[in-house]
Amino acid sequence: MSTSVDTFRDLAQQDYKWGFVTDIEHEQVPKGLNEDIVRTISAKKNEPAFMLEWRLKAFRHWMSLEKAQAEPKWANIKYAPIDYQDIVYYSAPKQKKQLNSLDELDPEILRTYEKLGIPLAEQKMLAGVAVDAVFDSVSVATTFKEKLAELGVIFCSFSEALQKYPELVQKYLGTVVPYTDNFFASLNSAVFSDGSFVYVPKGVRCPMELSTYFRINAAETGQFERTLIVADEGAYVSYLEGCTAPIRDENQLHAAVVELIALDNAQIKYSTVQNWYPGDKQGRGGIYNFVTKRGNCKGVNSKISWTQVETGSAITWKYPSCILQGDNSIGEFYSVALANNYQQADTGTKMIHLGKNTSSTIVSKGISAGHGQNTYRGQVKIQKNATGARNYTQCDSLLIGDKCGAHTFPYIEVKNSTARMEHEASTSKIGEDQLFYLQQRGLKAEDAVSMIVNGFCKQVFRELPMEFAVEAQKLLSVSLEGSVG
Amino acid sequence: MHLLEIKNLHANVDGHEILKGINLILNPGEVHSIMGPNGSGKSTLAQVLSRHPAYEVTDGEVLYNGKDLLAMKPEEAACEGVFLAFQYPVEIPGISNTYFLRSALNAIRKYRGEDEMDAMDFLPMFREKLKLLEMDDKLMNRSVNEGFSGGEKKRNEILQMAILQPKLAILDETDSGLDIDALRIVANGVNALRGPERAMLVVTHYQRLLNYIVPDFVHVLVDGRIVRSGGKELALELEEKGYGWIEAEAQPTSA
Ligand SMILES: Nc1ncnc2c1ncn2[C@@H]1O[C@H](COP(=O)(O)OP(=O)(O)OP(=O)(O)O)[C@@H](O)[C@H]1O
Ligand SMILES: [Mg+2]
Repeated sequence: MSTSVDTFRDLAQQDYKWGFVTDIEHEQVPKGLNEDIVRTISAKKNEPAFMLEWRLKAFRHWMSLEKAQAEPKWANIKYAPIDYQDIVYYSAPKQKKQLNSLDELDPEILRTYEKLGIPLAEQKMLAGVAVDAVFDSVSVATTFKEKLAELGVIFCSFSEALQKYPELVQKYLGTVVPYTDNFFASLNSAVFSDGSFVYVPKGVRCPMELSTYFRINAAETGQFERTLIVADEGAYVSYLEGCTAPIRDENQLHAAVVELIALDNAQIKYSTVQNWYPGDKQGRGGIYNFVTKRGNCKGVNSKISWTQVETGSAITWKYPSCILQGDNSIGEFYSVALANNYQQADTGTKMIHLGKNTSSTIVSKGISAGHGQNTYRGQVKIQKNATGARNYTQCDSLLIGDKCGAHTFPYIEVKNSTARMEHEASTSKIGEDQLFYLQQRGLKAEDAVSMIVNGFCKQVFRELPMEFAVEAQKLLSVSLEGSVG
Repeated sequence: MHLLEIKNLHANVDGHEILKGINLILNPGEVHSIMGPNGSGKSTLAQVLSRHPAYEVTDGEVLYNGKDLLAMKPEEAACEGVFLAFQYPVEIPGISNTYFLRSALNAIRKYRGEDEMDAMDFLPMFREKLKLLEMDDKLMNRSVNEGFSGGEKKRNEILQMAILQPKLAILDETDSGLDIDALRIVANGVNALRGPERAMLVVTHYQRLLNYIVPDFVHVLVDGRIVRSGGKELALELEEKGYGWIEAEAQPTSA
């Protein structure tokens, strides 16, 4: 007789479905990190002087942190020490010439995207999605640019932005996440390879979802993406980020930084589906994902929403946050985080209320399966002048099986007595009875689990753009799928 | 062939023996009622037959349509046509009733090698069954059983049964929690499903339900054994006298 404990155990036995390696020639710098490497990266990218200066300052700061052993250790994650001198900090696919269309793209790269189901081709364009595909560290294709250009929307790789719009980059870079912010942000500031840049001018509502797909490919190459999105007064933009990565034995470091800036009456919606290689069933390999994502609702009535579905990575360290500076500004965080097998996720958000009548909403859904450890870490800070601030936090954990863990660390700091705070939290186990009920109606155990899990995450999924929501549901089911005995 | 043949069934939960040798035969077309005091093992029997993993069968066998029911997983039993209307239906947050039911129906159809039913075909059938049970459409877009009243949950169970069209329907205290009108409606729903192909096992405490769903046989379960069987008049006798006299009669034989 199969017991549900077996079922739970078997559900954790799902291989990573998107593990393959693309064979493309790489141009690399030697392993290790020093000033020369930083200069080389900057020189290879032909960056303006201010950029190199900034990188060097960041590098020196990071060195001081490294010397002081200031790599953050407070998160509820365990991993072998990272040897930062054993990492290659820059790698670019060799390209012969500038591309005018997708046809000119390396067919190998195109095939990789197709395998990943990244519709860089015709269908996607028809669907109205502009794609800025980041292959390893350098952007290789950008579509829909013309249409966006007509509206004055800038959507390009970070490198391109540095060439074409250096004053815009200089004005905003580091204003939300300064290079001194934290160990990983400093590292990123010193060595970031590429990423995306978006600027939506005053009063423009960006007519399509902007999406970028990231992918780690070169062995032992840490990825250091840098994204900067600015919505000028009254502008609106929705940005999607999604990724899958190939199987590797080595642990791969990923330390991205994303900065969002919303001026008066502007809105930014940032959605992520993250599926980096999580490591194998024994917990070997997998991506270490140390990400700093922060948005500043700088202007009055501005709004920033983060929605994330985190199913991948061996380690996730990620707290997309909002600084609610403008009066009446709104910050939102909707998150689904899955930790299966030996995955460890420590994720959450910070909502820093500075302006009057600012409000924030946090909905976090943590799923733990196998030996997975899932931690929600959230901070809500109401500063002295934030009269009338409101926060609603809902934090739910779902456990599948009895070897996994869920942990919650909500920090609340209120310095203004008019604040209204609401906090709800729950932890539930996929009960034998719930599972049995669905099975009694004819559903297989794994379909029953995926139905329960999808139901559990619904509040978050409905915040995602339609197409992404479908992908996210599939991804979640696949991540939990397994041979049920 | 019998539809269900239970022979000397013994079952434990958490090491406690609850069923202590059940013998029972159901033929297609028959409705059997099981009555008995609280804690006598009625729900346990229902759960064992629908293959709940928490119950350990220690002895005996169960043939369903000639097949070994105890070798089936819950979803196999379900796909083979065993349906349990739960005494305590569970809630599934975030999943709409409609979606859930169509998924269940299609899982069963797939098992039987039939084509999946698309929304176009499903919805009219679904509406018709809603009407049969006089249920509000609005309930259907809500999450499965979430925030349903006790009576609504029970009615939802019978709605599911009407859609999934099982061969063996086990109703565990479907009448408890129903108001007088709902009892009649639910009973009508159940009666509409009575047919020569189908058998039902109706667990209840009250003769009242059996006025509507008239059983062919009534069995009394006491302390994990069927201690008496009879026709529908047995239920009336129990209503009048309670279980004491049967328990007293049963004692010496069980010692
Ligand atoms: N996990 C358990 N451990 C020990 N005893 C259990 C466990 N689960 C159920 N029981 C016992 O099994 C017995 C039979 O329970 P069951 O639910 O089958 O009774 P029932 O006849 O359906 O009663 P009711 O009329 O109240 O619904 C009860 O005495 C109950 O306490
Ligand atoms: Mg019972």
